[in-house]
Amino acid sequence: MKTIEVPALARVEGEGGLYIGLENGKAVEIRLDIYEPPRFFEGFLRDRFLQEVPDITARICGICPVAYQMSAAYALENALGVKIVPQARAVRRLMYCGEFIESHALHIYMLQAPDLLGKESALELAVDAPEVVKNALRLKKIGNELLKTIGGRSVHPVNVCVGGFYSWPDSKSLKDLLPDFEWGLNAALDTVKLALTLPYPDLEIDYEFVALHHPDEYGVIEGEVWSSNGRKLSIAEYETGYIEEHVKHSNALHSHTVDHNTYLVGPLARLNLNHEQLMPNAKKALAESGIQLPLKNPYKSLFARAIELVHFYEEAIQLIQEYKPSGPAHVELKLKAGEGAGATEAPRGLLYHRYKIDANGMIQFAKITPPTAQNLPRIEADLFALVPQLISMPEAEATLTAEHLVRSYDPCISCATHFLKLKVEEK
Amino acid sequence: MIALGTCATAGGIQALRNFANPEEYADVVYAHPEYLHYLKTATPIAEHILVDLELWGCPVNKAQVLEVIVALLNNRRPNLPAYSVCLECKRHNTVCVLVDKRIPCIGPATQAGCGAICPSMGRGCYGCFGPAREVNAESMSTMLLKMERYPGETTRLFRGISGYAPTFYNIAEEILSTNKETK
Repeated sequence: MKTIEVPALARVEGEGGLYIGLENGKAVEIRLDIYEPPRFFEGFLRDRFLQEVPDITARICGICPVAYQMSAAYALENALGVKIVPQARAVRRLMYCGEFIESHALHIYMLQAPDLLGKESALELAVDAPEVVKNALRLKKIGNELLKTIGGRSVHPVNVCVGGFYSWPDSKSLKDLLPDFEWGLNAALDTVKLALTLPYPDLEIDYEFVALHHPDEYGVIEGEVWSSNGRKLSIAEYETGYIEEHVKHSNALHSHTVDHNTYLVGPLARLNLNHEQLMPNAKKALAESGIQLPLKNPYKSLFARAIELVHFYEEAIQLIQEYKPSGPAHVELKLKAGEGAGATEAPRGLLYHRYKIDANGMIQFAKITPPTAQNLPRIEADLFALVPQLISMPEAEATLTAEHLVRSYDPCISCATHFLKLKVEEK
Repeated sequence: MIALGTCATAGGIQALRNFANPEEYADVVYAHPEYLHYLKTATPIAEHILVDLELWGCPVNKAQVLEVIVALLNNRRPNLPAYSVCLECKRHNTVCVLVDKRIPCIGPATQAGCGAICPSMGRGCYGCFGPAREVNAESMSTMLLKMERYPGETTRLFRGISGYAPTFYNIAEEILSTNKETK
């Protein structure tokens, strides 16, 4: 019997294990064991006041709290039939730019690049290429600074409310960030160039890509849920197309489409479905890269993240330049009983929330479908596809290639419940 | 041994399960609760082992983390605020949201450390840095109960991210047990 075991997979968020069972050189079973304990957020939300929800859901994730605040706010605004003012919507997009920038810079340079460059970690990378790591940290920090300027702090910001924002961010503080963003846009373009030089493993998968699509902008907030198979649903109809299931080996729920297909959410899905809505510099960088879409190699999601990094730096510059707050930052809420769904694109992919509230604005029911729960079955399927390659590899290399695959998804196991241990067993 | 963050010092948001029946939550969230393995309660580390220092916050404040590391490297006691969020508001010239705008705020009962960011944005503090050392619980809850914007707001403010911290726990218990508010 051949066994490969990794006691702790590094550079993913959360805790889980990976099991690959082989028989006569073929995989008989592949499981991502999610043993991070269940976190019961949907339970905690019951009987809380609707305005408490963004503060509670933020705590689902320390890397993408903004996504959890945004999907919650939109769902509750839909339940009340409330529309936020256009400048507040622009600030929400700007805030999301900050979150994409910090999350993508972290994943590209600190989590995935060490795999592609054969390094243990970003710390080891820093010994050989200190300038690269220094720039990466600055790229990330600028995103954090933007979040802090809008939300008071970069982790669990406090300014988002149902109806808009508690107060307008300070105009001068935002405009003072512009020189950093100009630097960041160039550094993001360099990141795309770097992404093109990295040695990605070969793997092409025929994915069903699912992402929010908006005709006028790169889909992040609002719009329709598009699938590369042609399914187009409004956000309210999301659950008619995508179903969550509880499987035994996982404290995270698994999703599939109504046709029982696994599907992929995240940077590859967004880039493939929404590249026409990219900002000009990002579009130009994509065209000049010679990369053909649809991009189907999961390892190359790093490239998609790099293009998005350019996009969000560029969009942030535009939004800061156009920022002109006037009037109240939030609309007054008229409480009523109702139900509402909201979906936004977290850096890892589509994040869906649905709430039922009573006439006093108390939460009666909450449903949260995080991106990693949607991707988990797809990660397992990708590992199956990878098995023929793994079998012919030396043990250490096989382990690393499988781990790298999981990491390329940027899984947030904490969000999906929550770490990884790889075990390949040959019977 | 340093307990870092409100999850480590008070069980954090996960301690909300201590006030409910986690099995009921499991039924709500999961189709097959029998597949699950979890703890029935979320409790502070200090309840189980000896802790030398607790650093509160959800999230912790970077300046405070650096202060603790620098202090330890220099073999001195970390300099952490012993006062409430109110003093940070005064230092930043933030007008009191509780007095001036009648917005429920538990800043007077909450440890400083965040920079009083919530009041600076025109909203009340929701206590994520845990209880301050000396809290006038009675006058705090009397005042807040009079200005609730929705029934049960006061208990929910205390029973939030730091809800299992003894001071906050007791304030909410006291209100609920004396039926001072309609739930």
